[in-house]
Amino acid sequence: MLTWIAGFILLIVKLGLVLGVLLLLAAYLVWVERKFLARLQIRYGPNRAGKFGLLQPIADTIKMMTKEDTVPEAADRIIFLGAPAVVALTALLMFAVVPFGPTLMIAGRQIPLVITDLNVGLLFIFALSSLAVYGVALGGWASNSKFSLLGGIRGAAQMISYELALGLALVPIVLLARSLSLVDIVNAQADYPFVVVQPISFAIFVIAAMAESKRIPFDLPEAENELGAGYHTEYSGMRFGLFFLGEYVHMQVFGALVAVFFLGGWRGPWLPPPVWLLLKIMLVALIMIWIRGTLPRLRYDQLMALGWKVLIPLALVNIMVTGAVSLL
Amino acid sequence: MATAWESVRALASGFATTFKHLWRPPITEEYPEYKRPLPVRSRARIILTRDPDGAERCVACYLCSAVCPVSCISMQATESEDGRRYAAWFRINFARCIYCGFCEEACPTSAIQLTPDFENCQRDILKLVYEKQDLLVDHQGKDKEYNFYKYAGVATDVGAKGAHHREEKPVNIRSNLP
Repeated sequence: MLTWIAGFILLIVKLGLVLGVLLLLAAYLVWVERKFLARLQIRYGPNRAGKFGLLQPIADTIKMMTKEDTVPEAADRIIFLGAPAVVALTALLMFAVVPFGPTLMIAGRQIPLVITDLNVGLLFIFALSSLAVYGVALGGWASNSKFSLLGGIRGAAQMISYELALGLALVPIVLLARSLSLVDIVNAQADYPFVVVQPISFAIFVIAAMAESKRIPFDLPEAENELGAGYHTEYSGMRFGLFFLGEYVHMQVFGALVAVFFLGGWRGPWLPPPVWLLLKIMLVALIMIWIRGTLPRLRYDQLMALGWKVLIPLALVNIMVTGAVSLL
Repeated sequence: MATAWESVRALASGFATTFKHLWRPPITEEYPEYKRPLPVRSRARIILTRDPDGAERCVACYLCSAVCPVSCISMQATESEDGRRYAAWFRINFARCIYCGFCEEACPTSAIQLTPDFENCQRDILKLVYEKQDLLVDHQGKDKEYNFYKYAGVATDVGAKGAHHREEKPVNIRSNLP
């Protein structure tokens, strides 16, 4: 009984820590993105709220919280109100299987630095990233506006196309690590990170992950200049904030997944493991922002052609080659 | 293969361009700290100017009020004892003004003019209603020389009809018939 209570308290503490760090990081990722993007476009970015605009995320949160939460009269009310939660929740849940350090030994007890080490962690992540599309599609549909509906449909179509490439890009990783658990995948990279042996997988995964998190070269569901914000056109206040939060948590989760699958997870010299994971997440995020500052949005047919005609065949060939090499 | 190589090179040059821009100093002008000097003809707060003699230029002809697309100018015309027309009261509602400058173009006496001073927002909307004493200034604005009543062809105590600067005597319309 006592061990059960201790384990429960430990779990709550870990959950609270991870949730707090994720939300804080999401808020400051918005700041980093706005600053970095501004410098790419020779602007200053936010610099009024506090030193270097560091209080900007807090000001934005207060603004979102106090704004009126409008629901269109023609909207499907219950689905409309629930959709943003799906996006934020699935993004947050994905972090549950990401390991952020080796197993700690405190007072003779083993404390794994991961919320839950599922033996099918990779499948869990795919399931959640597929579920996230429901938030987008349902939000777009329930708004009962043509722009939102178009955004939702685009979101669904894009997710389905890129989900395949995303999954296929990770099959070679599973072949190499011989496990679906994220903890085992990180442990398998003790000697060298998988990006060294799987550069093609890495490229496919990064492209597909950007499409999954709806960031700029692939932001067709939002498409400000055609759809006027797409699936969240009709949202305001904190419900819009949840979509926004979901997007930025997604960015971090994909940063973490790139780190776990290709860059050796929390492994690194000198610094403590969670710091290494954070550094890798920030590196991936910065590269994503750089891509956003450089590339224009793809046309819809280009998006589909890239997904189906380039990424999926390439991923399949890559699986065959990896399988053949590991058989030798 | 050649096209693939082409597209990779195009992508790389794009990323190189944005990376170079990262190290350039921002070109943003930070507004409240740095105020860019505006051109004299930029259009903001409206003033009523005086002629070089120091008298009001406005002759209350209502042309500005008539041309105003948002009807934000109103006035009442009256005449002084020396025969000069002027506005008894003159009011511009800056809460409605769109700063189009039509009033300035319509004005025959260069009285109404727009200035580059744009920082006049208020929390109370009624404070944006400017009366004549708020609008009147002690200079000639952009048109330094012009003095309407010297060219007007109107009898005032400056001179009778045709007695003003560079004016010809009025024609006798009865002797002027063909």
